Amino acid sequence: MSSLSKAFTSSIGRKFVMGLTGLFLISFLIIHVSINALIFLNDSGETFNVAADFMGHNIVIRIMEVGLFAGIILHIVQAIMLTSQNNAARPEKYAYNKPSANSKWYSRSMGLLGTLILMFLVLHLYHFWWPTKVAVYTHQEHNTFQNIVMIFQELWVVVVYVLGVISLGYHLLHGFQSSFQTMGWNHKKWTPVVKTVGVWFSIIVPIIFALMPISIYLGWIG
Amino acid sequence: MSTGNMNLTLQIWRQKNSKSAGKLVDYKLSEISPDMSFLEMFDVLNEQLITKGEEPVVFDHDCREGICGMCSMFINGQPHGPKDLVTTCQLHMRSFKDGDTIVVEPWRAKAFPVIKDLAVDRSAFDRIIASGGFVSVNTGNAQDANNLPIPKAKADAAFEAAACIGCGACVATCKNASAMLFVSAKVSQLALLPQGQPERYRRVQSMVAQMDEEGFGNCTNTGACEAECPKGISLENIARMNRDYLSAKFISEEEV
Repeated sequence: MSSLSKAFTSSIGRKFVMGLTGLFLISFLIIHVSINALIFLNDSGETFNVAADFMGHNIVIRIMEVGLFAGIILHIVQAIMLTSQNNAARPEKYAYNKPSANSKWYSRSMGLLGTLILMFLVLHLYHFWWPTKVAVYTHQEHNTFQNIVMIFQELWVVVVYVLGVISLGYHLLHGFQSSFQTMGWNHKKWTPVVKTVGVWFSIIVPIIFALMPISIYLGWIG
Repeated sequence: MSTGNMNLTLQIWRQKNSKSAGKLVDYKLSEISPDMSFLEMFDVLNEQLITKGEEPVVFDHDCREGICGMCSMFINGQPHGPKDLVTTCQLHMRSFKDGDTIVVEPWRAKAFPVIKDLAVDRSAFDRIIASGGFVSVNTGNAQDANNLPIPKAKADAAFEAAACIGCGACVATCKNASAMLFVSAKVSQLALLPQGQPERYRRVQSMVAQMDEEGFGNCTNTGACEAECPKGISLENIARMNRDYLSAKFISEEEV
């Protein structure tokens, strides 16, 4: 094994990939939430559809989309490998363990939260990504905003989306600052800033996402 | 030893050796003084067991003043018990209530196999130190200390890292049985000082490789290790080690 591939398969190397892909996915969330927030202009989706069409058709964005899927897959694959190593590192569990005394539940439940996000993501892609792709490749007109309004008419969909973004919020609450720690970006002056920004990011972004299905279901937007 | 008025039920992990299966066994203790240390309470139990002709409970201990890193009990779900910044030997029975049930288990990690009862084999830590946790110096007269100016803040950080006694509480409490806090303290105490610079990047690579080899888990930054460490070793050391390791692997041209 070459020195570089050894680096990538070491414990810290795998964590490095986790953190890097995590930060990349966070950067995607910023774009995703910003564009989707255009529906709050409440102009029957006119502005939003312009942005959505651009994202669906622009060649650079479509190439970046491949990178996004690669990032998600890499994040998941590394998570599975790290978790299986972690489970093997403690074959016999404690009869009595009190982890609440020393750590936050969501920091210990990243795998569970990630799995919930993944399950949500499958439904989410089926709802919005797939119809857009079909429209692009069959050269049909696709009104993304109308699709959103149609899908969020059902209560169970709204509930699943809200639960999905709550999982995302807790995943980010640990993941945001954790990725900086894994990169070794620790600094007396900057780490408190990273932690504060991470907390606000993990609260604000999921709230904006959650408001989309809620406000459409309640008829505030449409 | 003065007697007291505490009555306790102990559930202690008994295991014959690393190959046999263990189980929790109940023991009743009475007239325990609240001023006893946790290990003194175990001494009382063992004396009673010996008198009864039973096998005493094997547990690690040495200095009994919190600096050797030998004591290693997982008490009621926490390494070194419920108190912050103390080792098991410095834990006193006044931290418990009369009538309490106390569950005592060994450190649990693949890399720390149980030797017997509550004693585990922590030689994995020794092998990590041997892989690079040292400074190579030529013999001869020591040079004048003032030849090596060291900023106060760096010296303090190095000293704080060097406070690690290698007890393994970080591994014991980590949900992944990761040794990152221990290794990062041992990497940092040398990486922060000028004497540690020549071998800095070789050291971090060797020690992390040995840590992985020993079968410890991976760090998920839950911070449990820092919260439970009897010496208050900071997570900043883990960040420093990650930084040094990544720059060593991806930037340094030296192969290790």
